[in-house]
Amino acid sequence: MDAIYQLIHDYCPTMPDWLALALAILLPIAIVMGVFLTVFALLTWVERKALGRIQNRRGPNRVGPVGLFQPIADGLKLLTKEDIVPNAADKVVHFLAPVLVVVPAFMVLAVVPVAKGFIAVDLNIGVLFALAVSTASVLALFMAGWASHNKFSLLGAMRGVAQVVSYEVPMVLAAVVVLMASGSLSSVSIVEAQRGLTGWFVCKPWGLVGFVIFQLCAMAEVARTPFDLPEAESEIVAGYHTEYSGFKFALFQMGEYVAAITMGGITVTMFLGGYLGPGCDLPKFGWLISACWFFAKLGIIVVINIWARGTWPRVRVDQLLGFAWKLLLPLSLVNIVAMAVWHFAPNKLVGWVESAVLLAVAIVALVKINAGQTFEKRSYRFTS
Amino acid sequence: MSATGIIQTQTLEVSLGPQHPSTHGVFRMDVVLDGEYVVKLKPVMGYLHRNHEQLAEKMTWLGSMPYTDRLDYFCSMTNNWAYALAVEKMTGLKVPERAEYIRVIMAELTRLLNHSCAIGFLLSDCGAWFTPVLYALREREWILDFFETVSGARMMCNYMRFGGVRVDLDDASLAMARNIVARWPAFLDEFEKLMTENEVLLARTQRVGILSRNLAINASVSGPVARASGVEYDIRKVDKYGVYDRFDFGVPVGEAGDTFDRYMIRILEMREAVKILEQALRDIPAGPFIAPEAKLRNFKVPAGDGYGRIEAPKGELGFYLVSEGGAKPYRYHVRPPSFINLTILEDMCLGQKVADTVIILGSVDIVLGEVDR
Amino acid sequence: MIPPLEQVREMLSAGAAKSSLLVEREEAVAVAQFLKTDPQLQLDFCSCVTAVDYIKQDCIEVVYHLYSVALKHGPVALKVRAPRALEQCRMPSLTPVWRGCEYQEREAFDLYGVKFDGHPDLRRILMWDEFVDHPMRKDYVPPMDYEWEPTPHAETLARAKQTGGTVPASALEAKK
Repeated sequence: MDAIYQLIHDYCPTMPDWLALALAILLPIAIVMGVFLTVFALLTWVERKALGRIQNRRGPNRVGPVGLFQPIADGLKLLTKEDIVPNAADKVVHFLAPVLVVVPAFMVLAVVPVAKGFIAVDLNIGVLFALAVSTASVLALFMAGWASHNKFSLLGAMRGVAQVVSYEVPMVLAAVVVLMASGSLSSVSIVEAQRGLTGWFVCKPWGLVGFVIFQLCAMAEVARTPFDLPEAESEIVAGYHTEYSGFKFALFQMGEYVAAITMGGITVTMFLGGYLGPGCDLPKFGWLISACWFFAKLGIIVVINIWARGTWPRVRVDQLLGFAWKLLLPLSLVNIVAMAVWHFAPNKLVGWVESAVLLAVAIVALVKINAGQTFEKRSYRFTS
Repeated sequence: MSATGIIQTQTLEVSLGPQHPSTHGVFRMDVVLDGEYVVKLKPVMGYLHRNHEQLAEKMTWLGSMPYTDRLDYFCSMTNNWAYALAVEKMTGLKVPERAEYIRVIMAELTRLLNHSCAIGFLLSDCGAWFTPVLYALREREWILDFFETVSGARMMCNYMRFGGVRVDLDDASLAMARNIVARWPAFLDEFEKLMTENEVLLARTQRVGILSRNLAINASVSGPVARASGVEYDIRKVDKYGVYDRFDFGVPVGEAGDTFDRYMIRILEMREAVKILEQALRDIPAGPFIAPEAKLRNFKVPAGDGYGRIEAPKGELGFYLVSEGGAKPYRYHVRPPSFINLTILEDMCLGQKVADTVIILGSVDIVLGEVDR
Repeated sequence: MIPPLEQVREMLSAGAAKSSLLVEREEAVAVAQFLKTDPQLQLDFCSCVTAVDYIKQDCIEVVYHLYSVALKHGPVALKVRAPRALEQCRMPSLTPVWRGCEYQEREAFDLYGVKFDGHPDLRRILMWDEFVDHPMRKDYVPPMDYEWEPTPHAETLARAKQTGGTVPASALEAKK
């Protein structure tokens, strides 16, 4: 923000101060919103193409070159569709819910450093802000489920609330190791703390475990397969957005996808070194190269999401919650200890070995403890 | 909060269907839920009822052959065969050997087609986003192309006639069938690699929707569902209709009777069907494809009643026919396997979660054209 | 054991259990129990249940096709008859003996109007609940217009009466 303010000041010294300040605030927001809306539109196309590839079909290929304008066509179609509100619905809440889904998803974008020196607001509590705001979407989800006056919606909302609340806990605990390592809550400082050849937190034992936990929780938080229970199509039709049509439905989709992108952005920032990468510090095009690095890493996260969606069945609600409370939560607590061990170790090698062993033991033990649900190897007889 | 400290909760009555993505058609389950647990489940059907039986009673014997296609629209070949078999039983028509082989080939290809789609849709019900289904449909296309080449229709084949089949298989179509059979094991291996060992699938299906052996027999459950529960009963082996006694094949039988067993039994049955097909395509003799004395016009069935049944992919498909000696059946009754297999749906679903009811229904493998008739 | 039932066994085992039995309504449950539990018959699998409307004999016959999963023989057709008149058209349900009869007896009730005493849940299954008639009966007259059918039965029944009560619809069409 300051840099942009300085830029405006340099090029346009006559501009009044308040206008420059307003521009300096609004411009990054506009850029971030624009970029991420484009990314969102692209992502829907990428997802459908990739799913098509996984499922031996072509995916969208009618609108524009290789179906690239499909998101625009979808948007136009949904815009022109009739907006149906059920008679029994609570009209105000029913209207507010899709809006409330989108707002927190975009708000999180404010603290994602997209490129070197480019962040909408460099809050000193950036990570806390992101985690807190992203959880607010659960409120919208429950509003939608409750206001629709539909049992499927209600079931979806119930599941959604239980799921988000459960996965929030290990998610925050997984983030704690990053905060311990970087000593800051600001997202830019977290990225800067990951400089160096193996500086990315994911390259450390506690960071790897933290990354896996965080990624799983992020997938659960934005209800991606295999954790898409709140909108499990084969069970409860469309879950909380069963009763939404037209652009309200589009807003739900948008909220979901943008949330998926922003959670991916947070993951990249916290564990994958954000915008860092070779060439990101070049004086002239450093910002461009760093942005490329950021989006490349984000792309990997997105592909993981799509891949999981294309190949995994959905878990059941008790298995989902059991996974969070029985496995992820204790593991993330052990992970904090492992981080502390690593931190206070006399030298790096000892820290590495100690924390890795600690985590390995913890994982094995937790899997053993939860082994009540192991699977049988079945054999079948043949009669003739 | 009540005095005992237990939160008083209400049950929730949900109508799953008739407009629901995974009831496999216009089928409805009235489910009473306690949280996510099913405490009561009543199937409601009849949305697709067209009184098939009454229609058939107003038509000639042969006239209802095309209508049998529409019962279980995945398996028109086996529907045809069951009807033809019942009529042949009553008239005593002898089917030439080549026709019997052709029928076996068609029926086993239908079994491949049906089971691959059934497990695909079952996995789709588990939430696998259509990936398994589309792999299954890709292979199904080959069989449908074959059916089209032979009978002129992809799904509504109308292929069998009393005393044989409608058209002969030429060498080109036999080669086509051999090609399909040759590639099927590779598809099954690929499919199993994709799905069978998947932990989520195992967690979702093992020990879910258990059907005990005694209940399965008592409730007239047939087909892969019964065999998954340990009922060693396959009409191909018991009745030895057609030329099934000439082939060497096994009948897979499960023990646990849960959804996973019903899934695996179908895969194993497909592997056995491939064996039958290989033998049938190897041994198929030359000769007439329809009995010379078979009449298409002015076809009459001697007075009396008869019950013919075959092992259709979904279970025992039977036709109970009563004739007064005329050109039309006096009574024409279909014993649809998927309708009767639904009898125990509630027993399997009680105490399970709402998410399980969907996959249990998927593992029973119903087609509403047959349930409602 | 009642002597007649023993004869049933001899009769059936002589013909490799491929025969049919016509039993009185009152004895149906006892016979069914016997057929299911008798060690030589063990007809534990009730494959097919259906009704046939013999309008000339003025009776509705319910046919149960029984097989044995344990001994792998069959079928035995167990037939029970009831008068056609709706009030008297009732017989004991065999659902307590073979659970598989449950839906099929419901279907026979729905389409033929046979009331099964002792059936746990005798409701219409294929037709909708408000439907009045039993459409598979031979004297059922379908409505002229399927598209417009708010209350078809009063009208169609009246029309049926005009033309003599039991004329099938195809004959009605032909008369025009």
